[in-house]
Amino acid sequence: MNLTLRVWRQRNRETEGRFETYEMKDVSPDMSFLEMLDVLNINLIKKGEEPVAFDHDCREGICGSCGMMINGRAHGPGHRAATCELRMRRFEDGEVITVEPWRAASFPIIKDLVVDRSAFDRIMEAGGYVSAKTGGVPDGNAILIPKPIAEEAMDAASCIGCGACVAACPNSSAMLFVAAKVSQLALLPQGQPERKSRALRMVEQMDKEGFGNCSNNYACEAECPKQISVSHIARLNREFLKAKIL
Amino acid sequence: MKLDAKIPDGPIEQKWSNHRFHLRLVNPANKRKYTIIVVGTGLAGASAAASLAELGYNVLVFSYHESPRRAHSIAAQGGINAPKNYSNDGDSIRRLFYDTVKGGDYRSREANVYRLAEVSGSIIDQCVAQGVPFARDYAGYLDNRSFGGAQVARTFYARGQTGQQLLLGAYSALCRQIDAGRVKFFPRREMMDVVVIDGQARGIVARNMVNGILEPYAADAVVLATGGYGNVFYLSTNAKASNATAIWRAHKKGAFFANPCFTQIHPTCIPQSGQYQSKLTLMSESLRNDGRIWVPKKRGDTRRPEDIPENERDYYLERLYPSFGNLVPRDVASRRAKEMCDQGYGVGPTKLAVYLDFSDAIKRLGRSVIEERYGNLFDMYHEITAEDPYKTPMRIYPAVHYTMGGLWVDYNLMTTVPGLYVIGEANFSDHGANRLGASALMQGLADGYFILPYTIGDYLASETFNPVKTDHAEFKKAEQETERGIKKLMSIDGKKTVDEFHRDLGAIMWDQVGMARSKSGLKKALQLIPALKEQFWKNVRVTGSDLDLNIELEKAGRVADYFELGELIARDALHREESCGGHFREEYQTPEGEAKRNDARFSYVAAWEYRGARKGEVLNKEPLKFEVVKPSQRSYK
Repeated sequence: MNLTLRVWRQRNRETEGRFETYEMKDVSPDMSFLEMLDVLNINLIKKGEEPVAFDHDCREGICGSCGMMINGRAHGPGHRAATCELRMRRFEDGEVITVEPWRAASFPIIKDLVVDRSAFDRIMEAGGYVSAKTGGVPDGNAILIPKPIAEEAMDAASCIGCGACVAACPNSSAMLFVAAKVSQLALLPQGQPERKSRALRMVEQMDKEGFGNCSNNYACEAECPKQISVSHIARLNREFLKAKIL
Repeated sequence: MKLDAKIPDGPIEQKWSNHRFHLRLVNPANKRKYTIIVVGTGLAGASAAASLAELGYNVLVFSYHESPRRAHSIAAQGGINAPKNYSNDGDSIRRLFYDTVKGGDYRSREANVYRLAEVSGSIIDQCVAQGVPFARDYAGYLDNRSFGGAQVARTFYARGQTGQQLLLGAYSALCRQIDAGRVKFFPRREMMDVVVIDGQARGIVARNMVNGILEPYAADAVVLATGGYGNVFYLSTNAKASNATAIWRAHKKGAFFANPCFTQIHPTCIPQSGQYQSKLTLMSESLRNDGRIWVPKKRGDTRRPEDIPENERDYYLERLYPSFGNLVPRDVASRRAKEMCDQGYGVGPTKLAVYLDFSDAIKRLGRSVIEERYGNLFDMYHEITAEDPYKTPMRIYPAVHYTMGGLWVDYNLMTTVPGLYVIGEANFSDHGANRLGASALMQGLADGYFILPYTIGDYLASETFNPVKTDHAEFKKAEQETERGIKKLMSIDGKKTVDEFHRDLGAIMWDQVGMARSKSGLKKALQLIPALKEQFWKNVRVTGSDLDLNIELEKAGRVADYFELGELIARDALHREESCGGHFREEYQTPEGEAKRNDARFSYVAAWEYRGARKGEVLNKEPLKFEVVKPSQRSYK
C-alpha cells in the first residue's frame, strides 16, 4: 500500500508544533501501525532528519505506553486495540492518515507524539491502593470472593492507563480511568475499609489535575482498548456521593 | 577471586529461617537514615521499593519509563506458581522445589530454589490482600491451572493478564509509599553507571531522558531490578525498551556476570511475518493446557489444517512424551518444534511454524469455556494474523523470551560489589539453565517482597558508611565517562541506523547462539560480533541533539552494550561443552535428541569477571552441590 502521513511534530513544550507530510511507499498490510512508523523513522534518519518520537514498549497492547490520535480517533480505527495492535490492513491504499498526540491540557506534550501522563500516577497515589503492608496478611483463601464479583473487578482492573479515554472525551475527562480503579476496589472485600476516602481523594486529585467532567458522551468506552464499561463511572458517582453525603 | 555464595548451613528446610535469625537488623528508628536506590519498577523493583519504604528506609526509585506501571512484567500472561495444594493433587514446597531444580536441568542453587518455593505461598496471600483479582471458582476460592514442567495444578492466574495484575498490585503499594513521602520516583531516567566508592556501591549516574542532562544520585546501597537481556537477539518477546545497559555497566564496575548463555526460547510465539517486524508476540504457555501441538505427517503439506484428517497429523509432543505430552518444559517444546521445521514438516507461509490446535478442547468444553480462559489471547492472535483461532489452529514458533543468566548474586542477592544488589530477572539465581512457566513472576516478587528487605538490612547494619556527596570524584568520573560515550555516539554521523545494526547483531545471535549451538557456529559468532561492533562505532548514525529527548541516542547506547554482552554470551556458550536446559550444543545430545549434561565437568555457575578493556573477561566458577535432588537425565516421557 502507499500512504500519505500527516504527523504532528513539536520539539518540546515551549516550541510551536506543526504537521509534516510524509509519503510512505510499499507498506505491508500485515505491519503494525508502529512498525510502519519505524520504517518512516529509518527513512528520516537516513536523510539526516530526526525521527518521530512516540511512546511505545510492549507492542502487544498491555503496557499502555503507546497512544496517538489517528484520523481523529484515539488508537485509530481498530476495535479493542491499542495503537501497537493496530494493523495496516485497517487502512485503504492511498489513504491520507493524520497522526496527532493525545489532545488534553492535563497531558502536556513532551515531544512530537510523546505526552506527559504523570497526572494518572498522581491520581493513583491519592488512593488507588489497598493499604496492605507486606507481610501479616491472611491466607489467600481466607478472603472469599464470589466468581461474578471477581470477574467484574477484573473487567475494571484490566485498564492499561493509556489515556485514550481522556483523549477521546470532548471534556478531556479522566472519569473512566478513575472509575476503573475505584470500582475494582469497591467491588472487592479488600477495598472496603478505605472505600470512602479512596473515592473522595482520587476524585479530588482528578479535579486538581484539570481533567474535565463526564457528560455521558461514552466516547471513552468506545475507544478503550480494554472495553472498560461506563457502568463503572456510574459506580464511581455512587461511591463519591455516598462518601460525600453519608 | 573465590566466590562465596554464603549459603547457610543446616538442612534445606531450615536454611532460610536460620539465616533470617542470624541476619543483623537495623533499628526501626535508624532506618530512615539510610537511602536505598532501586533501579527498575517491574515486579521485583516495585515490590522491593514499596517493602523497603514500608520498613522505613528512604527510597529513590528510577525508571526509563514515564510511570512505574509500564515495566515489562506487565506483559506476563499465564500465571504465578505457589504450592498451596489448593487443588489437592499432592503439591508441596518440596515438590515445587524439586520441579524447579529439575526443570532448570540441575544448574541452579538448591538453597535459593528451596527458599523461592518456601516464600511463594506468601506472595499469593500478599497479592490477594492488595486486591489482585485472581480467578475464582464458584465457591469464591482461588482457582488454579497447570503449566509446563509440572504435573500438579499450582498456577494462580488473572485471565491472561496475570503479570499486569501483579504489577499493578506492586505499583499500587509503591504509589502508597510515594504518597506517604517515603519513596521518591524519578521517571524517564536511564541508569548510565553505578558509582563505587571505597569498594561500596554508593550511587548511580542517570540520564534525564527528557532534557539529556546527566544526574548523579548518592545512596547507601543500590538495587538493580532492570530485567533480562533477551533483546540482544533483536527479535524477542521482550518490550522494545527492555535492555541490559544497567547490568552491563554494573558488570564493568566489578559485578560478575553469571551463566550468560542460559537464555530461554519460548515455544509458543506468533511466527515472524516480515523483515520490518519489530518484536515477537508471545502466546501464553497456559494455552498448552488445552491446545494440542501438531504438524502434518507429510513433508511440505500445503493443505489447510482443517482439511488434514486426524490420521495424517503428528501430535509429536504427545507421541514423544506420553506422560507430559503438550506440557513438557519450554526448552524441550522449543527444540522439538525447531526439529520438526528443520525436517520439513513446518507449516504456514514461511514453513517456520507448527500448529497449536484448540478444536478438541472447544468440542470437549464448549467455546465459552475456552473464551473465558484465553479470550484475550485469541483476540490478540486474531488481530495480528487476521486468522480466527476458534476456527483454525494457531501457528506458533519459538522465540527468545527470558534470560536465566544475569549478574551473579550470593544467597543475600548481593553481587560481587558490596552494597550492589540485583533482583528479579536481572540476577541469575533461581532458574538454572531453564525456567519453568509461571516462575518468573514468583521469583521477581519473592526477591522484592520477602528476601531483599531482610538481607539488605544485614549489610546496612554491619557496614560503616562514610558520608558521600555527589560532588565526590568518583561521581564526576562516572559522569565524564558517560558523557564521553554519548558525545562519541553523536559524533560518528555514519550511514546506518541503530536499528539496522541491532537487527544484524540479532541475526548473528539467533543463527549461531540461538536454539541450537555448535563449536564452529559459536567461533564464527565470536568473529562476526566484534567485526560488526567495529562497524557500529564507525558508521552508526544518531540524529538530533543529546540535550533533548532523543530516542535514537537511547537505543544506540543500549545496542553498544549488546555487542559486548553478545560476545560474552557466545564465549560462555562455547566454553560450556555440554547441553543443559536452554543451552543446547549440537555436539552433546542423547540418542533421542535430548540435552546431554556433563556434570563431572560443568556442574558449576560460570561467573565472568570484567578486568578492563585490555584483559577482558575472566572465568570464575562457583561449584554447585546437590544434596537433596540427585541430578539425573531429565525425563518427561
